[in-house]
Amino acid sequence: MGVVQNIADDGLGGMDHNFVTARIEDLVKWARSRSSWGASFGLACCAIEMMGTGASHYDLSRFGMEVFRASPRQADIMIVAGRVSQKMAPVLRQVYDQMMEPKWVISMGVCASSGGMFNNYAIVQGVDQIVPVDVYAPGCPPTPETLIHAIETLHQLIEDGEIMRRRVANNGGAGVELSSEPVAHTSVTIGSK
Amino acid sequence: MTIISAGTAEGGQELLSRSELTAKELLREVGSVLRLSETEAALLAEVQTEAPEDQTMIINMGPQHPSTHGVLRLMLELQGETVLRCKPIIGYLHTGMEKTGESLTYMQGGTNVTRMDYLSPLNNELVFSMAVEKLLGIDGDIPERAVWMRMLLSELNRMSSHLLFLATNGMDLGAVSMMLYGWREREDVLRFFQKVTGLRMNHNFIRPGGVAADLPAGWRDDVLAILEGLPSRLEEYDILMTGQPIWRERLQGVGVITAQEAIALGATGPILRSTGVAWDLRRDMPYLHYDQVEFDVIVGQYGDAYDRYSIRFNEIRESMRIVYQVLDCMPSGDFRIQNKKVTPPPRARIDESMEALIHHFKIFTEGFKVPEGEVYVAIESPRGEIGCYIVSDGSSNPYRMHVRAPSFVNIQTMPHMMRGGLVADAVAVISSVDPVLGEVDR
Amino acid sequence: MSDSAGTLENAVETQHGCPVQDSLGQRVLHASRDQYVSVIKALADDGYEMCIDLTGVDYLEMPHRKIGFGIQPERFELVVNLLSLSQRQRIRVRVQVPADDVTMPTLFDIHPGTEAHERETFDMFGIVFAGHPDMTRILMPEDWDGHPLRKDYSQGSIPVQFKGANS
Ligand code: SF4
Repeated sequence: MGVVQNIADDGLGGMDHNFVTARIEDLVKWARSRSSWGASFGLACCAIEMMGTGASHYDLSRFGMEVFRASPRQADIMIVAGRVSQKMAPVLRQVYDQMMEPKWVISMGVCASSGGMFNNYAIVQGVDQIVPVDVYAPGCPPTPETLIHAIETLHQLIEDGEIMRRRVANNGGAGVELSSEPVAHTSVTIGSK
Repeated sequence: MTIISAGTAEGGQELLSRSELTAKELLREVGSVLRLSETEAALLAEVQTEAPEDQTMIINMGPQHPSTHGVLRLMLELQGETVLRCKPIIGYLHTGMEKTGESLTYMQGGTNVTRMDYLSPLNNELVFSMAVEKLLGIDGDIPERAVWMRMLLSELNRMSSHLLFLATNGMDLGAVSMMLYGWREREDVLRFFQKVTGLRMNHNFIRPGGVAADLPAGWRDDVLAILEGLPSRLEEYDILMTGQPIWRERLQGVGVITAQEAIALGATGPILRSTGVAWDLRRDMPYLHYDQVEFDVIVGQYGDAYDRYSIRFNEIRESMRIVYQVLDCMPSGDFRIQNKKVTPPPRARIDESMEALIHHFKIFTEGFKVPEGEVYVAIESPRGEIGCYIVSDGSSNPYRMHVRAPSFVNIQTMPHMMRGGLVADAVAVISSVDPVLGEVDR
Repeated sequence: MSDSAGTLENAVETQHGCPVQDSLGQRVLHASRDQYVSVIKALADDGYEMCIDLTGVDYLEMPHRKIGFGIQPERFELVVNLLSLSQRQRIRVRVQVPADDVTMPTLFDIHPGTEAHERETFDMFGIVFAGHPDMTRILMPEDWDGHPLRKDYSQGSIPVQFKGANS
């Protein structure tokens, strides 16, 4: 295949089959979904299954998820694994606030999703009261397969752009607003020097 | 939408700065309430005078931190890299289980307690069931097969719990490959549990009166497969870690605690044993049929993190020894007591008899009544003595259900172990105490 | 009370001046509040060197329960489990704590390991331990109202509603 010397001269035809055209948006979504890093937010029994999912047998790295980040600044997905107590709730919210946009939340296990069997004074009855949840993984604890399914579902949602659309429509689940500054569109012509 | 302000309002629980402390508090926080030896006391005075406030720094570790094992929060006072004081702050996983336990029947109670120490759920169920059986007065009539099954499961559980300890201990100290190996082995055991109980964790399988179901066909081969695969892998880990100089450097002499201190603080399990006290409830106050099997109590000598690591490592081998003997002894027969009061009728009879159906319905809706009384039963969990204190008022719910959690007490040894050590060793200490926060906070 | 204690001496076994009860084969001592610390201390000297557990019970809903030995049941009860490693024995000490004065002396000076237990008992039952170096809540947030394990504290469950479920 020939090396394109000057696109302005040769035009796109000169590049043969060496590129794919796509919308930049799709590309970004694809990249985001395939390398979403989790914030390690293990709370209770579910966290053990979450670690198990990341470990040898279930090998979460197949889905680009093996990097669990301790710092919320570097994480994209918060997997709330376990029961959230009243004392932990503010901390959880703080960690969520520290994560960079775009960010997603998986609520793992019935405790995080609805309080589960602990319908009492100490447990927040559903983590969606504190942070907006994108995918709920049922089970007590959800098996690694369930968690992987939840992650795959989330990846699909990220890729479809479903989440962003819904967030914008609902004005963001927990009142989290994305700042929408008008973007100045400057068209770039390939090859212009 | 309610805005939850970030930041927790538990100022009073935090580590205070030196200037705000009274002398007594300071002494407590540096651990001098333990009967210190003279040299230690002298050292203590030295450190205190050496550390004026402007040279120390209080840092916060957790509750969300990768190496604090769950949601443990530690506040450390540092002078340079030396830890002067440390205070664990807990409660971030407080689930109100003791309160919930009061509204669940004895039949349902197992689902509750099993979620406390989620690394050894079967031991939790066992202690709860044993307490209920004692109150019912049927603790002597549990069928043999059920007793041996309980032993089989609790020993396998001890193995899986210690394997997880090896994995996390390895990871905390930088031997990341150990993480993968430990989990791989644990998966084998979990797969067996799933086959037997239907769940990987939180089984609610051991119930008052026996166990929930019989062992599935082919269980013996599964157990043997686990037992046969494990020794060669344990050898590998021995090579990977035990003899390795880096590993030894990181652990030996770190987090030292003496027998006297451990006893004063109420520490049990591997922490107590690492100081040279051979105390294992399985041998010293036998329950189930532990007096009929042969095993050694592994005891350390120096009370440091390395001893605790080796104790857990070798307890896996002892547990395997016990499981082999259990395999030989496993009798046939009932897996739960044939006492109409506590045992639901067999499935086949429900189709035939109306009474059986009513009985079944009653047991599962109302539960069974337990005579008035109070009882404390304790067993040896992988982390130490787990005890269950139940007060019954004669109804079908416990009036009060309290679990004495080993991690809750063991965590108190941390400030003492960390004192004078380096920050980097703090991680080794946390990891070697092996707390399970679900159990600490309950 | 005093003359019943007199007959008690002959009738019931006592240890360190406290009546001993056999509760399902377990040895239980009933100490009064004044005896509490001295009994634990005496037991520690007897070889019960380890305080395994300390917890409370709220008997609000069982006001007429019987303890025997002429002991007046009170609302709260403190339960201390001691263990002797050398004799391989356990003993349990139960102390009645009246609702209108929920202060107990701390065991901290005898068994430092009760520190967390006492804080937990304070957090859950509101029993105050005089002399404890750090009497703060341990499990609940610092600004929490009430003591959850008291019987007049509701479990706080929210009724589950199935709204909008497909039937
Ligand atoms: S859902 Fe079940 S496994 Fe998960 S944290 Fe809750 S109790 Fe534990």
